[in-house]
Amino acid sequence: MHTLTLSELAKKLRAKEFSVTELTKSLLARIEASQPTLNSFITVTAESALAQAKAAESTLASGSAGPLTGLPLAHKDIFCTKDVRTSCGSKMLDNFVSPYDATVVEKLKAAGMVTLGKTNMDEFAMGSSNETSFYGPVKNPWDLKLVPGGSSGGSAAAVAARIAPVATATDTGGSIRQPASLCGVTGIKPTYGRVSRYGMIAFASSLDQGGVISQSAEDAAMVLGAMSGFDPRDSTSVDTPVPNYVESLNAPLAGLKIGLIKEFFEKGLDASVEKLIREALKVYEKLGAKLVEVKLPALPLSVPTYYVVAPAECSSNLARFDGVRYGYRAKDPKDLMDLYKRSRGEGFGAEVKRRIMTGTYVLSAGYYDAYYLKAQRVRQLINQDFKRAFAEVDVLMGPTAPDVAFGIGAKASDPIQMYLNDIYTIGANLAGVPAMSIPCGFVRDLPVGLQIAGPHFAEAKLLNVAHAYQKETDWHRRIPAVFKGELSR
Amino acid sequence: MSLNRDQINSIAHLARLSLTEAEIPVYQDSLSKIVDLVGELDAAQTAGIEPMAHPLPGLAQRMRPDVVTEKDQHEQYQRNAPQVEAALYLVPKVIE
Amino acid sequence: MSAWETVIGLEIHAQLSTKSKIFSGSPTAYGSAPNSQASLVDLAYPGVLPVLNGEAVRMAVKFGLAVDASVATRSVFARKNYFYPDLPKGYQISQYELPIVGKGHMDIVLDDGTKKRVGITRAHLEEDAGKSLHEGLPRQSGIDLNRAGTPLIEIVSEPDMRSAKEAVAYLKKVHTLVRYLEICDGNMQEGSFRCDANVSVRKVGAGLGIRAEIKNINSFRYVEKAINYEVARQIDVIEGGGKVVQETRLWDPDKGETRSMRSKEEANDYRYFPDPDLLPVEIDAAYIASVKATLPELPDQKAARFAAQFGLSEYDAGVLTSSKELAAYYEEVAKLLAGGKEPSKEQAKLAANWVAGSLAAALNEHNLEITGSRIGAARLAGMLGRIADNTISGKIAKDVFEAMWAEDKDADAIIESKGLKQITDTGAIETAIEEVMAKNPGQLADYRSGKDKLFGFFVGQVMKATAGKANPAQLNELLKKKLAG
Repeated sequence: MHTLTLSELAKKLRAKEFSVTELTKSLLARIEASQPTLNSFITVTAESALAQAKAAESTLASGSAGPLTGLPLAHKDIFCTKDVRTSCGSKMLDNFVSPYDATVVEKLKAAGMVTLGKTNMDEFAMGSSNETSFYGPVKNPWDLKLVPGGSSGGSAAAVAARIAPVATATDTGGSIRQPASLCGVTGIKPTYGRVSRYGMIAFASSLDQGGVISQSAEDAAMVLGAMSGFDPRDSTSVDTPVPNYVESLNAPLAGLKIGLIKEFFEKGLDASVEKLIREALKVYEKLGAKLVEVKLPALPLSVPTYYVVAPAECSSNLARFDGVRYGYRAKDPKDLMDLYKRSRGEGFGAEVKRRIMTGTYVLSAGYYDAYYLKAQRVRQLINQDFKRAFAEVDVLMGPTAPDVAFGIGAKASDPIQMYLNDIYTIGANLAGVPAMSIPCGFVRDLPVGLQIAGPHFAEAKLLNVAHAYQKETDWHRRIPAVFKGELSR
Repeated sequence: MSLNRDQINSIAHLARLSLTEAEIPVYQDSLSKIVDLVGELDAAQTAGIEPMAHPLPGLAQRMRPDVVTEKDQHEQYQRNAPQVEAALYLVPKVIE
Repeated sequence: MSAWETVIGLEIHAQLSTKSKIFSGSPTAYGSAPNSQASLVDLAYPGVLPVLNGEAVRMAVKFGLAVDASVATRSVFARKNYFYPDLPKGYQISQYELPIVGKGHMDIVLDDGTKKRVGITRAHLEEDAGKSLHEGLPRQSGIDLNRAGTPLIEIVSEPDMRSAKEAVAYLKKVHTLVRYLEICDGNMQEGSFRCDANVSVRKVGAGLGIRAEIKNINSFRYVEKAINYEVARQIDVIEGGGKVVQETRLWDPDKGETRSMRSKEEANDYRYFPDPDLLPVEIDAAYIASVKATLPELPDQKAARFAAQFGLSEYDAGVLTSSKELAAYYEEVAKLLAGGKEPSKEQAKLAANWVAGSLAAALNEHNLEITGSRIGAARLAGMLGRIADNTISGKIAKDVFEAMWAEDKDADAIIESKGLKQITDTGAIETAIEEVMAKNPGQLADYRSGKDKLFGFFVGQVMKATAGKANPAQLNELLKKKLAG
């Protein structure tokens, strides 16, 4: 069962080849078996999953089921889940049981999906390797000595190891796409405002987006459709209708204009990775697409822009964690200042503190114009670049990450090295455009991801383009050897 | 380094983060490197360019009607509170 | 040596009387059980987001239009970042560079009748913080977040005021205005109308001095005292060779002094930046026009109309229009007194004297608003009618008024039961005068030999003899004649 995609599972459940409960039990067993090595979950909600499974079975039996009824999923532990611990990968929220469901969680629950648990992640979504989690690093299922990418490392690893068929995730600077690339799975970050941020613990408000990590574009289409839509509780949520992403999956590609970002194929890209990207592009040419070189001259400034804007916003978003109303509180504070400083100093990990301080610095008196305002202007330039590019081409393609998965601990001591992992993904967050990563081959037996980006609200087009590739290739069906068969405890 | 000890201490104070003596040089080093990284923005030509606060331009704030939609759920909400008495959140005394 | 000049600017925080909070759907009612009106958004739970209450915007625009200010078609919410237990998010959502209301002005009238225009720099929307309670908790404070998220409009004046009295006049005017507009209930005790004063001194002709900000002034009386104290303090400091420190000071009403706030060791760096969870607020000309159409007759307009229509002095008109309700009460009394027709000048003046005089005094004494008056417009008009038709004198009317305040009886019933009808019969008055003259030959002789002051003595005696009911005007005329001999 675990080798089946979501859409295959859906068919077989309806054909009664197995029940929702059987499927759920088998996945829960795989999760349990994998935890000591993979560590992709923070909380497993076995009891409620089985209760939800039972309820789904009734719905299926009654004939009123929807396309997602009974399908299991995992939620990145950044989404608030009612009456279930929501830790955001942090000691600060280790004891936090959310009193409410995020909109995304509500929607997928209403669609009848079964929640297996909450996946591990970089603390407060800050990281590209899932090494900053309070709950320990997640391992890459393709090589357990390597990182899965981050911050949605748990979601990517769980799907890659086929211990959850699909998982929600979030992307602020590449946190869906980069781990999807490093784990050989499919991940999509939709347009800013497409998916509600209500209940999605905020890191950088103008960059954060909720999305999906899945085995295929088809699976992503199923879940993204149910996750998306206007939410009156999120002022940045956009009120445009959600198309049926599944229906447009098979639209023909002929005439598709693919833009190759000149700046992305310059220095920094591993030669073997580049080779695979170009092979993937050839597949598209065979399908009738045309390749066009485009220039986005401001794009190389993405990383410095991001490392002003994101820390600035996060330094403010994380000010609410003060030990007063919920979360970690330092023992025996001697006064208010001590309560604040030690609750936060002890509750947050190093990377989070680094970013809070960076953000505090760039917003502080005398520096606001030079850093924050300047970065927002460069952001405008990057936006203009994307707009101009999309006037010439339908989609942009290129590498998702500059290299394959690296060793746990290899980059942990140099934050700048770590930040450069996001060099190809950050631009899409700054411009708010949708982007995805799909597996396109292996280098040294490790997965490589092809990134596809489109103009605002072009999710249907992206999924269609990705699906076309996945009909021609089978990279997305590969499963790491360790996780291919049954797992023993 | 771009930032000195005093700056690190004052930033940590503004952000209400306790730093041990050993941590100060570590953060001084990494923060200075980050400041160098973002210094690359200086070279960008941005004269006449408007700052972009939201990625989707041209959108305006939606306004909701003036209706009460919340009820008293403080018991549920205070289950997560570290210290509560008589429904008040307790903190060390605040001196005005 | 040149004289000292005081420079004062006021920052007023008025709570907008919306039903729900500015960024959440919690109720805004005052005085509820602690934290019973604090939703997940108000508590700054992880993952929650603000959504703007349109009514708060409308009220702010209303205010801007009423003070002739520019209303921004595009305004932006910004985060003001600082840590304090009553500020759950660790930042306050406010407006910084692009406020919803720009430059305007407020015209005030001082006690001596002079007029002054006080500039308003800007007014912006923001959210209120919660409250810290210190009673009953030895080393701790208890935080109540019911108030957190209540909409505020912060009104910043230009530093145009030059005395505590001017500041009070401005404050009262703004207070009246926000209640006229029905955007704020102006309850200073409950904290829905608060004021901070920025005070500095300088020698006449010199540049601006260093200013101190005074907080915690929650009554008109305290505003005057606090400012006067602070001015004297600053002059003392400077004349003693020192420099005024730019700081925030707290007014202590018990000690009657301002003192430096201990907790503010350093100036806060608020790190303002546009709130990324909120989009720019955009309103168009049609919206502004629709709000303008809902403006009531404003205090100045009403006062001007009262002066013209009822022939009242500017001062009287001002007093009677200090609240919409009081003005309505007055108009009703005047109209009833005139039997439904347009009141004459005398009728208008009579009504004005009593509404602004005895009635206002009684309301004050019993700490009531006009809406709580124990004498309704009809009963008062009834009594005034009896003054107008000479049934009772103005002096006797005071007794009738007191009786009406104590009991729900009409003036006529009281006059009847207490036998308070005026004596207007010339003969009766003359008789009383003759009796008094006869009883006081010494004073009569003194008066006739030039001690004019004794006139008052005779008036008093006749009044006593007639139990106060002699018509004063007639008494005066007849007494003069009789005393002359």
